Amino acid sequence: MKLRAVLFSLLLLTAGAVAQGGGQLRFCLRSDPKTFDPVLVEDEASERVRYITGGFLIRLNRLTQELEPELATSWKISKDGKTISFVLREGLHFSDGTPFSSEDVAFTLQRLMDPNLHSPTGDAFRSAEGKVLTQVTSPNKVSVTFPAAVASLDRKFDQVAIASAKSPKKEMAVLGPFYIADYKPGAYLQLNRNPNYWKHDEQGHALPYLDSIRLDIQQNRDTEMLRFLRGEIDLIDTVDAEYFNRAQSEQAGSAHDAGVSLDPEQLWFNQTAKSPIPAYKRAWFRSTNFRVAIWEAVNRDDMARIVYRGRAQSAVGMLSPADKFWFNASLRTRPYDPQAALKLLAQDGFHQQNRQLIDRDGHAVEFSLVTPAGNKTRERMAAMMQEDLSKIGIKTNVVSLDFPSLIDRITRTFDYEACLLGLTNMTLGPDAQMNVWLSSAENHQWNPSQKQPETAWEAEIDRLMRVQASSLDPKKRKAAFDRVQQIAWEQAPFIYLVNRHALSAVSPRLHNVQPAVLQPYVYWNIDRLSRNTESASR
Amino acid sequence: MSGAHSLLRYISIGILGVVFLASLFAGSLAPAPYAKQFREDPDSAPSRQHWLGTDDLGRDRFSRVLYGTRISLLMAPAAALLASALAGLLGGAAGYLGGWTERGLMAAADLVLSLPWLFLLLAVRALLPLNVPPLESVTITFLILGCLGWAASARVVCAGAKSLRNSDFALQARAQGCSEARLLFRHLAPNLRPLLLAQFWISVPVFILAEANLGVLGLGVSEPLPSWGSLLRELEGLTAISGKPWVFVPLLLLIVSVTAFQALLLDSDTDRELKQGMSA
Repeated sequence: MKLRAVLFSLLLLTAGAVAQGGGQLRFCLRSDPKTFDPVLVEDEASERVRYITGGFLIRLNRLTQELEPELATSWKISKDGKTISFVLREGLHFSDGTPFSSEDVAFTLQRLMDPNLHSPTGDAFRSAEGKVLTQVTSPNKVSVTFPAAVASLDRKFDQVAIASAKSPKKEMAVLGPFYIADYKPGAYLQLNRNPNYWKHDEQGHALPYLDSIRLDIQQNRDTEMLRFLRGEIDLIDTVDAEYFNRAQSEQAGSAHDAGVSLDPEQLWFNQTAKSPIPAYKRAWFRSTNFRVAIWEAVNRDDMARIVYRGRAQSAVGMLSPADKFWFNASLRTRPYDPQAALKLLAQDGFHQQNRQLIDRDGHAVEFSLVTPAGNKTRERMAAMMQEDLSKIGIKTNVVSLDFPSLIDRITRTFDYEACLLGLTNMTLGPDAQMNVWLSSAENHQWNPSQKQPETAWEAEIDRLMRVQASSLDPKKRKAAFDRVQQIAWEQAPFIYLVNRHALSAVSPRLHNVQPAVLQPYVYWNIDRLSRNTESASR
Repeated sequence: MSGAHSLLRYISIGILGVVFLASLFAGSLAPAPYAKQFREDPDSAPSRQHWLGTDDLGRDRFSRVLYGTRISLLMAPAAALLASALAGLLGGAAGYLGGWTERGLMAAADLVLSLPWLFLLLAVRALLPLNVPPLESVTITFLILGCLGWAASARVVCAGAKSLRNSDFALQARAQGCSEARLLFRHLAPNLRPLLLAQFWISVPVFILAEANLGVLGLGVSEPLPSWGSLLRELEGLTAISGKPWVFVPLLLLIVSVTAFQALLLDSDTDRELKQGMSA
């Protein structure tokens, strides 16, 4: 019995040694980061670097979707929702040894809200015109007052990496687990372990476990996957379904499907009054029956099964079920039902003639569907829609356009009829949805920048979005946003097709990996990841 | 002509004949419509129902190869003909007339060669209407290729015309009082024919491959119409082709057809004329 206990202890010790193995983690960025200044981050590569190097007051746990204290031990939001007060950890230092204090938080917030810097992260805090006041009450206490109430104020700090007010290294001095040691544009980015990182694990070991991270700049996904399979890199955070299956078949246990993600694929019709499309087509697109009929006539289960190899699911509506709190659970996926679609179309005077759908004025129903060129997944989805819609007599011309031309058409000239695109949602809930759902918003894609809401349901969505944005009561916010989801489902300005799964590939050499459905899927707990030292030395 | 060359010629004619006939009668030979999606059977291996398996949307690959061959074998030569005609006209004029005409036309050819094709084609696509049926879109694609593909050939033709203009037989003809028009159309133009034919045959596979590349930019043949170009896109990505040799069939067909074209060219009168022309 004693021998067994000794062996067991040895096993645990060995496991512990492996878990804290140090070594270098390698993976790829798909482009060069445009900036290392955390306040100016807007591209994905910079965001990923900020995530790994930044120190944050509050962090959203990607697995539980709950907020956790980081540099701030506690925080409090005032009743009017304008002020947030933080109590900070004491005795912390930036990677270059500069002490951390409340002045750094004030400095970061001032930069974040500086109108001259146009910080994309700061935009989320801009609730009204006016100055943001920061008050440093002691070296470890600071409060920030905004001109108007900011909904989900604390959650927004998940994106705010604190910079040093005093360090000569400026933004290169960081509070996160790693700091930038070397950067060769177009080649790689070397991040080294921050010796001053403040976190320790439950056994008191200093975090992070890894010694360094090498981020290779690699745009080609084929090459990235081949390098992963050859063991040259340790993970791919976001994997397409076809690569996922390859990883699964060639390296057992390396492919991770964390379930349905926040990201939808969606289709919309151009309803813009000033668009150069024929008036009769705009009338089709403005008909709720027409849009809902299209939604019902497209077999989205087939799309998920064939295009995504089963690694997606038919979308319910504007939010994915992955957003546990905000998703309106009373909504159901619209079933594939071409007959029901034809009945809806008949209510608007559409009828079939020689297997072609004709509107009440005798126009054959035909529209073009634009989608980005070179995106095989969307081209396949478009081809499936083309086939499905042909079954109810609608002719679809699929047009693949280069991305700049597509963006030009959908945002400036409005010279398009329908568009198929996907979205990447980085945040939960309605905060990031304001610029899409307000009828005055530029990203209100189907009919942007309206001076007055052109339909009653858009007016109601405007009202509800403002209610949820200004309310500090989570229940009231949830009720308002549930209703928005309901209206979006009924009116179908966006036809939601599928929600992709959160797919990643991780080498078995990595430990403590807990894939989540919020990005980053794999390395959200980067300070706790470790790599098998035996392999690391190879 | 040696026996081996005759055999090669017959084999090439046989291969091209079979390919042309198969594509011509695609409607009768294809086991399924090229756009029909067998959704219960996507990405399947060859079977009795699907001889070359199905693509990732469940469409019968054999049927798509037949129809795609028809598109590519009709459109690529048409585009090559247009490009070669333009090259013959402009390159021939430049070489024969020389002087400022030559300088001007060759400068134009250089300009076309140095143009960023990609942006030019993107701009052209952006100007086109969106609601274009697939067959019209494929015609437009090859028309653009034909109109832009003359410059390299024109340079070769220009050099050929120049050497012919200064050749001994041209000097002799002039010395004997032959008019310029007669010299051009009766003596020089027939001597340029093998050069133009060579440029034509070279252009055919180039345009087939160009169409395949344009597909990635949205300028190629639009869904659901197949072409060799769109079929070759299946080979995009190393992960997509592992363990599926049958997806190489369109590539094999392209290689065999182009080789057969080249074999015909090498073993034809054209080749002999070309060699004679060069030695003259």
